[in-house]
Amino acid sequence: MSATFETRDIVVPGDVLYEGRVRTGENTYRNEGNVYATRVGLVNYGKEDVSVIALEGGFNPLVSDVVIGEVVDIELGQWLIDIGAQTEALLNIPDAVDQPFRTEFVMTRVLDVGDTVIAKIVDLDRKRTPILSILGPGLGRVSEGFIVRITPSKIPRLIGKRGSMINMILKETGCRVSIGQNGRVLINGRTREQEEMVVKVVHRIESEAHTSGLTNRIQEYLRKLKEERR
Amino acid sequence: MSKHNIVSHLKQRKIQDVVMSGRRMDGRGLEDYRELTIRSGMLEKSEGSAEVYLGKTHVVVGVKVGTGTPFEDTPDEGVLMCNAEFTPIASPEWEPGPPNEDSIELARVVDRGLRSAEILDTNELSIIPGKLVHIVFVDFYVLNYDGNLIDACSAGALAALMKAKKQVYEVKEKEPVLTDKKVPLTIRKQPIAVSMVKIGGNFIFDPSADEEEVMDARLTVTFDEDGNVCTMQKSGSEGLTMEEIRKCINTAAAKAPEIRAKVLASTK
Amino acid sequence: MSKKGKKKTQWSRVDGREYNQLRPIKIESGVLPNADGSAYIEMGRNKIICGVFGPREMHPKHQAKPNVAVLRCRYHMAPFSVDPRRSPAPSRRDQEISMVMRSALESAVFLERYPRASIDVYVEVLEADGGTRCASINAAAVALVDAGIPMKDLVVACAAGKYDGRLVLDLGDYEDKKGQADVPVAFMPKLNKVTLLQMDGVLSPKETEDCVALALEGCKQIYEVQREALKKKYGIEKKPEAEQVAPEEAAEAEEPTEEAEKAEEDDER
Repeated sequence: MSATFETRDIVVPGDVLYEGRVRTGENTYRNEGNVYATRVGLVNYGKEDVSVIALEGGFNPLVSDVVIGEVVDIELGQWLIDIGAQTEALLNIPDAVDQPFRTEFVMTRVLDVGDTVIAKIVDLDRKRTPILSILGPGLGRVSEGFIVRITPSKIPRLIGKRGSMINMILKETGCRVSIGQNGRVLINGRTREQEEMVVKVVHRIESEAHTSGLTNRIQEYLRKLKEERR
Repeated sequence: MSKHNIVSHLKQRKIQDVVMSGRRMDGRGLEDYRELTIRSGMLEKSEGSAEVYLGKTHVVVGVKVGTGTPFEDTPDEGVLMCNAEFTPIASPEWEPGPPNEDSIELARVVDRGLRSAEILDTNELSIIPGKLVHIVFVDFYVLNYDGNLIDACSAGALAALMKAKKQVYEVKEKEPVLTDKKVPLTIRKQPIAVSMVKIGGNFIFDPSADEEEVMDARLTVTFDEDGNVCTMQKSGSEGLTMEEIRKCINTAAAKAPEIRAKVLASTK
Repeated sequence: MSKKGKKKTQWSRVDGREYNQLRPIKIESGVLPNADGSAYIEMGRNKIICGVFGPREMHPKHQAKPNVAVLRCRYHMAPFSVDPRRSPAPSRRDQEISMVMRSALESAVFLERYPRASIDVYVEVLEADGGTRCASINAAAVALVDAGIPMKDLVVACAAGKYDGRLVLDLGDYEDKKGQADVPVAFMPKLNKVTLLQMDGVLSPKETEDCVALALEGCKQIYEVQREALKKKYGIEKKPEAEQVAPEEAAEAEEPTEEAEKAEEDDER
């Protein structure tokens, strides 16, 4: 009955994390009395379970996730949105337009193929297809800015504990940033220099997400970037 | 983006705005090339090879020298054949399958640059006129796509050919006999392609994938080391004025020697 | 006389290796920026690169399966990878190896987590020198993990066979062409299950068993190289503070528990 690694060791799929009975946390599975890792990441022996903080991985859509996506097709009554999940997401008319349906309604006037939206996942249907809504504060079609993509599993690091990391970035750069749980970050600044700082910081966070002391280091990095600008 | 070949309006607008202000999304100036790294000779089974990194664009060029029958109208000349492979690892948008029009255009544009410049001494490649000649195959293998494949493959082709060798055949009693000797191919000229795209009225060099996605037109001009133009190719839906073409050729002419210098350095 | 005696007992292979010695091997993960996961492998003179995409929407949609993801493998060789140059069009051998790769890898992937999706594994051989299917599987397994696709175990592959009357490990192209038998094997090292087993040539049943055992020995060595390749991408991770020279490190050391708690909470999803 024992842990075979130490917390924060890097493990790969198939590594035996625990021999014996323990609760299986994220990115682990149980087989014949042992608990194994299913993804490459940092093992964490919690008080009640064993889990792995994945260092790589695609986007796993969950209800109430805010995501940023692109309209890739229009079908009768719904738009197909690419959010980087294992299937395309659907946006139905009642979740996009807050008006009673009229027969002469033209879908492309609301959203056209090639448009970008900030949306919320309101449901996962029987086939696990994400169902979106753009009704609500902060949601809807995006008309300016640009998107930077990072690995979805690193998004929590970009946000930080209770928003500590992202709030610091907003304060130091003066940019508006919207974060999609699907690894897409929308950036909008008054100057190009400010925007470029945010891009550099986002990429640095992505490559160092697995280290500790990151918030302080990023704060120092931001100060250095601002110095260089002068 | 999924497999739908859709241009993002947000991306288009942002790139146009940024280019209008004289910079690119990655901070480059309008005429700046990304970091260009070239290695040659790293594949042992190919008669010549080169690997090119241009920003995140990554291509491998392999040169194989075989033998075969010459074309009827040129019985004492060897043959040059170029082919491009858009491998599915290079982009999530690319599916495996036969060459599409973009990969065919890529192969043909680089091919014309080599051919018009007469880079190879095709007579030297003849073994038995009318019956047996050397055939030089140049294959462009795209491993990661981030724009400007033409310039990357053109530089790679030159680097690979400059170090390429052919096996020597002797002719005894009108029959070809393979010897152990290998000699380098004679490289007569050093053509280099320079590509630029037009976005919202501005011209930018060495386009990234995003910039190619939102471009209005593209112009590629290939120069030899004497500054002569040996190939041109315009693509895209918008037209170019004479003044624009003239400016493009002049600016591109200054870029070609810089790229050529990197190619030559890699073959030392 | 003694020199002659020495020559007789000193049998070696064409490249000077011992019978149970692998060719030099090198693996790198995360080499293709556009792929979800990737790996590059050199095994002897083999040079192979693998890109993985997925899980993603299956195209064409009608080929999707309702309860599981579809793992699609494509083994493809560059025209300049062999001598003489070959056509870029897929050959029947390419298709068979693609299929065999799929069954070698499938048992290790949690396909049921992504119904209706596809996971695409593309292998491109830049230079071939015998044993490309094993090298491809080794690269593909690393690329799948690099893509963050949940797996039960890694998959490792290696071939053993018979050359010049003796059992040898990891046959090169020359040994494969001139030898008496070739036995490629793939297995999941922690779960101890064989997922690929092929053979061609002539061997007695005992020799066959010995070949498989020898191949598995090779697999165990290659497994260590795969692990290193995956971990190397993240540097030395256990004590990141030791690497930093920033002045605020002193402040952090004074309040270690607060920092550790903050980091843990940051890391939780």
